[in-house]
Amino acid sequence: MANDPIHQFQITKIVPIEMGGLDLSFTNSALFMVATTAVVSLFLIMSTSGRGLVPTRWQSMAEMSYEFVASTLRSSAGNEGMRFFPLVFSLFMFVLIANLIGMFPYFFTVTSHLIVTFALAMLVIGTVVLYGFAKHGMSFLKLFVPDGVPGALVPLVTLIEVISFLSRPVSLSVRLFANMLAGHITLKVFAGFVVSLIAADGLGVMGPITAILPLVMAVALTGLEFLVAFLQAYVFTVLTCMYLNDALHPSH
Amino acid sequence: MATTSAETHTGTEVPADAHSTGTFPPFDGGTFASQILWLAITFGLLYWIMSKVALPRISGILEDRRDRIAGDLAEANRLKQESDAAIAAYEQALAEARGNAHKIAHDTRAKLKSDVEARRTAAEAGLADKLSDAEKHIAELKTTALANVGEIATDTTTALVETLIGKAPTKAELTKAVDSAMK
Repeated sequence: MANDPIHQFQITKIVPIEMGGLDLSFTNSALFMVATTAVVSLFLIMSTSGRGLVPTRWQSMAEMSYEFVASTLRSSAGNEGMRFFPLVFSLFMFVLIANLIGMFPYFFTVTSHLIVTFALAMLVIGTVVLYGFAKHGMSFLKLFVPDGVPGALVPLVTLIEVISFLSRPVSLSVRLFANMLAGHITLKVFAGFVVSLIAADGLGVMGPITAILPLVMAVALTGLEFLVAFLQAYVFTVLTCMYLNDALHPSH
Repeated sequence: MATTSAETHTGTEVPADAHSTGTFPPFDGGTFASQILWLAITFGLLYWIMSKVALPRISGILEDRRDRIAGDLAEANRLKQESDAAIAAYEQALAEARGNAHKIAHDTRAKLKSDVEARRTAAEAGLADKLSDAEKHIAELKTTALANVGEIATDTTTALVETLIGKAPTKAELTKAVDSAMK
């Protein structure tokens, strides 16, 4: 069990809840979702409680995250995109902090479950579709018919555009899910090698010595995983911004 | 025990794991409902906190700072303009004062010059007067002296002639002789 790289993704019930035949238990996953929300909220609220004209270090971090997301959103969706700022900011912070919390040993990684990332992706796409139709009505469908395409190619291009649009929630969610899952499995596998090599019979003193190699790998991978944790949150956010841009300006 | 894999254990440890054993946990559909529910609750809460509390507060802070910086810059600009104006006024006053000083110096110099000139002319005129007086006096003295010379010569000639020839010459002869001799 200690070496099983899949065990870390196991969902265990903390408070079993059953409603209408559905298992709605409060699980370890739910616990870490609550933790993520709590960390983000406490970080942003406590660091800005001083409302300092000259920021403290914590307040400066909060302002940096605000301006980082704001500039990302503004650069891809323009100033009108700022109406989605709370959504985009919440998504970025939720994914980022969930990823980072997952880097602690024995902690559960919320974003390593496809259903969570898929739900977040559907939230984004749902927002795009609802807002797109609410704002542009039927002309939102121009999104699927690019300008300047020769008449004969329109059906083909439209088909491709529809498929690409439908694959967005899949690619958005699978990208984040697969990155987090693969990273954590790789880490666990290399860490498992260290333990196995040290405990291995018949290798004698060579066991602990060769165990240094996977240990170095595990340390390097830990660094890489922190990068991936940030990068995937950023990628998720940037793609969200680009999709929202489609909802704001469908015709191009 | 350490080799027990997820595939082989049959939910003996935690009964709650029952449905999640045997399948890869992320693809275990039995946990989806609970994950979606709790994600909706926690993400909804996060969204609410962000949009109602955290983000307005941070944007307020940033706006305050931007306003303050803009205000300070405007104030600094105003003060700079004021000091520029003061410097310009000072420069102008300085230039005026310099011009005045120049004029005063020039006037004074001109006045002094004309003064000196006048006095010098006056002094020269006085000197010329005195010179001509003195010349006149000298001329007078010279005439007097010359007249005296004639008289002395006459006297001396009379005495000489008397002694030489025993008889005094006439006055007219004497004058004539003296005059011709003196010429």
